[in-house]
Amino acid sequence: MSERAIELCGVALRGPILNGSGTFDAIAARRAFGDALIERFPFDAFVSKTITLEPRQGNPPPRLWETPGGLINSIGLPNKGLDGFLESDLPELARLPVPLIVSVMGFSRDELAILVAAAGQRDEVAMLELNVSCPNVETGLVMGADPGETALAVERVRTETDKPVIVKLTPNATDPAAVAVAAQEAGANAVSLVNTLKGMALHPTTREPWLGGRTGGVSGPAIRAIALEQVAAVASRVEIPVIGMGGIATGRHAADFLTAGASAVAVGTESFRDPAAGRRVAAELAGLSLSGERAAPASTPA
Amino acid sequence: MTEPRTLAPLERRAAAVSGVERLGAYHLITAVDRGGPTDPRPGQFYMLAAVSDWGGGVDERPYLPRAFSYARARVESGGVALSFLLEAVGPGTVRLAELVADDGLALVGPLGVGFRAPAEGTRPLLVGGGIGAAPLLCWQEELGDAAVLLGFRSAEHAQAAALFGSEPRVVTDDGSVGRRALVTELLAAELEADPRATVYACGPPQMLEAVRALCAEREVAAQLAMESGMACGYGACFGCVVPTRDGYVRLCVDGPVMDAAVLETALVAGAGH
Repeated sequence: MSERAIELCGVALRGPILNGSGTFDAIAARRAFGDALIERFPFDAFVSKTITLEPRQGNPPPRLWETPGGLINSIGLPNKGLDGFLESDLPELARLPVPLIVSVMGFSRDELAILVAAAGQRDEVAMLELNVSCPNVETGLVMGADPGETALAVERVRTETDKPVIVKLTPNATDPAAVAVAAQEAGANAVSLVNTLKGMALHPTTREPWLGGRTGGVSGPAIRAIALEQVAAVASRVEIPVIGMGGIATGRHAADFLTAGASAVAVGTESFRDPAAGRRVAAELAGLSLSGERAAPASTPA
Repeated sequence: MTEPRTLAPLERRAAAVSGVERLGAYHLITAVDRGGPTDPRPGQFYMLAAVSDWGGGVDERPYLPRAFSYARARVESGGVALSFLLEAVGPGTVRLAELVADDGLALVGPLGVGFRAPAEGTRPLLVGGGIGAAPLLCWQEELGDAAVLLGFRSAEHAQAAALFGSEPRVVTDDGSVGRRALVTELLAAELEADPRATVYACGPPQMLEAVRALCAEREVAAQLAMESGMACGYGACFGCVVPTRDGYVRLCVDGPVMDAAVLETALVAGAGH
């Protein structure tokens, strides 16, 4: 365990594997898997689903569409809102055996500031992640796709907390590395990427958009090569830690992102197929390190 | 009352396929699970995938596992033989239907909440449409004595009725087996004769909506085993929501068996694809 331990923005983690925000609900998973979820928690830090100031129901179904090697989701950030999160979810998440990173999204910079201040002052929260890149909500794209907008957002929240602030970058930007540089200069402690790529599917017979939200975000192995390039491009331009993700399903994939310059990686869509994917990826990664990265990881089922 | 939920191991594991039986239009896949609980609750489901060659079919799919209620669970030495009823209609089900004995079936489960006991003073009435007969099979076995009403498209599909121990009443869309009728017509007649019943239904969305409306109108308790597109099966993806009077709920953790009284409608957008 200790050989894998890392420090991310001054926070000690038992290893380098996080979950992508919105790809694992630790509270629901405990209902399905019981205390094993706590005893063998799949990740080395837990990133919450994005919370907003007000409660949200999310997008109308259908919300999912399977693609070659991945899926499109149009979930629409359902969550209990800040107050509901702090009252009912945070005490549950505080029982997890790993540091907690709270993902927040605001429809304005002032909203973001309220969210960061309120979540940041709680002892249970180790870090904050700014979701400025969710493609499912109209305003999300604007902030994260533009270096100037991102800088203003980070500057606004920077004075609200002493805790590390991670900026989650969208791949739907002309130059994600420029956005990362802007985030760093405005005081971000780390960047994470990639969020989902915009995508769309048509109903097989009606020819209308399949997803209730019309468009969605593509994730999974289908986007891994794109994500790897963006992580490498960003890591070459910033000094702050980069958290890499996008279709990681094996230890070899994780090793690729770390080699490309990431300090930590996140498993997202693969957890949908295997609830213990985070732990498996960590074990495979550890095996690779021990064998000098010679052996290919065992191929995995399903 | 505690909810009828057997916890799943925190893992995806491989079960060994012991047989694939052709039942007219359907396949009954049986696999021996040596890593999971031997007491799943009727109505619970598993996420299934083939261990090998999962992908590369039509449209370069499947990628995600597929959710199936188990139809039968038989404890045997060192594990439990789980049976799943499926119709090969898309890249996932086509691949699952190709499995042969000794192939690996990757599974996560059991997941979700199953059927709850009948309301005091009522008799259970099990109503299935097509492949929706699957979870009713193990539920009837547990209840011991329950009337089963089944509707199928054709005689080919109606072969699934042979799985049931007691003689179920069968109707078909084309009249090739039993009367040419909808299964909801049988249900309406049953409730007309005696409304003291708890209805358990599983089937296509239009059928479930008809059952819901029928039971609501007659103030009969109903539990609907529903379907929705799922990526994970354990609450992670938020993809499988159904609308209730209190907003959207995730079918995978709050269902798949839903109390009909909480639903606005059983017509779930995107189900059945």
